Amino acid sequence: MSTQQQEPEPQEPESQESPEDPEMKGAESPQNQRLKEKEQGLAQEETVDESDLEGETVHIKVFRYDPEVEGKQEPRFDDFYVPFEKGMTVLDAVMYARDEYDSSLTFRHSCRQAVCGSDAFFVNGKQQLGCKTQISDLEQPIRIEPLPHQEVVKDLVVDMDHFYDQMHAVEPYFQQEDLPDGDLEEQRQSRENREKVKMSTRCIWCAACMSSCNIAAGDNDYLGPAAINKAYRFAMDEREDEEIKEHRLRIVEQEHGVWRCQTQFSCTEVCPKDIPLTEHIQELKREAVKKNLKFW
Amino acid sequence: MSQSYNRGLIEDFGRWKEFSAGMWAWIFHKFTGWMLIGYLFTHIAVLSTAIGAAAGDPTLIQQETDVYTTTIQGLESLFIVRVLEVGLLAVAVFHILNGLRLLMVDLGIGLSAQDKSFYASLVLTGVITVASVPTFMHGVGF
Repeated sequence: MSTQQQEPEPQEPESQESPEDPEMKGAESPQNQRLKEKEQGLAQEETVDESDLEGETVHIKVFRYDPEVEGKQEPRFDDFYVPFEKGMTVLDAVMYARDEYDSSLTFRHSCRQAVCGSDAFFVNGKQQLGCKTQISDLEQPIRIEPLPHQEVVKDLVVDMDHFYDQMHAVEPYFQQEDLPDGDLEEQRQSRENREKVKMSTRCIWCAACMSSCNIAAGDNDYLGPAAINKAYRFAMDEREDEEIKEHRLRIVEQEHGVWRCQTQFSCTEVCPKDIPLTEHIQELKREAVKKNLKFW
Repeated sequence: MSQSYNRGLIEDFGRWKEFSAGMWAWIFHKFTGWMLIGYLFTHIAVLSTAIGAAAGDPTLIQQETDVYTTTIQGLESLFIVRVLEVGLLAVAVFHILNGLRLLMVDLGIGLSAQDKSFYASLVLTGVITVASVPTFMHGVGF
């Protein structure tokens, strides 16, 4: 049923073999002391949390709307009181509400570990992944709504078509045909280049950024942070030829591309995978300028 | 999707206080920008009407009774104008500081500290504004 967070095992550090060097295992070593203090601090925090919420119920208010059911055509909020367990996430809470109280409560979810990107909700006024957001971090009652600026299909399910259209518009796939010189049968990437695109590859297509973006809300043609990040991921990949990179830049430098971004940092704030979206958009802006203005 | 429901006000209303630093910076930047444009045109209108076509008479300037001098002196004697001057300075200083912040953002420098630089520009604006009050309010209560 609900995912239970693994209890941290206090014995674990002791079961590890301690090094022979007395300085390395000495209890006086500053690192050890810091670790102990940190552990104690964590333990204290946990006990505080438990005493706060142990045996209590969590009050969630969930957005309900269904165009096909007579009584749900006018959107409303339903209240659910879900028993709290340690490590409970927002997704766990709505799953409990669905399983125990109202089986018609509809939302998307799949992997429940922040990989599939299907359960981005608007939780207490912020776009967050349901499976990655701890109940204990939130103020109650917890208001759970579908993503703003996307049309609601039913309850917490929004229409993702437009988001996917924008994602596909930047051709989010590797386009290099030729193999490098030499006898390599594969297109290898340098470690430095991999490091450069690392953060941008983490996108899980959850649409939280698109939903938080003020510009995307007002301009339906705007590519949106996720799509531009995708374009960045491939434009910065050195394995693709220069012409392909120019082709990618031509896509993002259009009227509704990177120049629409006004650096409000909303997307970077909400990204559940901590992708520095604004940074990537800004870098593509500079690349686009460099491509068009050549004084050297 | 014709069947889906437009959430209308539920979506847009009452969200303003849930903004984060970057959004506040953007809103203040727009606001101060429009204020400065408004000031610019008021400034041009007031001064150009004050000059007058015949106000180049050197004797009047000597006696400090020409239209320009009297207009400026009249304005400066008003308490509200002094207050507005302090406000103008605050608006301009914030716009300059946040403009520098945006320049850094455009150059890709320190994007992870963008919220801190916004708070810093707010604090600095406050400090400069408060420090300017004795100068601007000289002769009208200070």
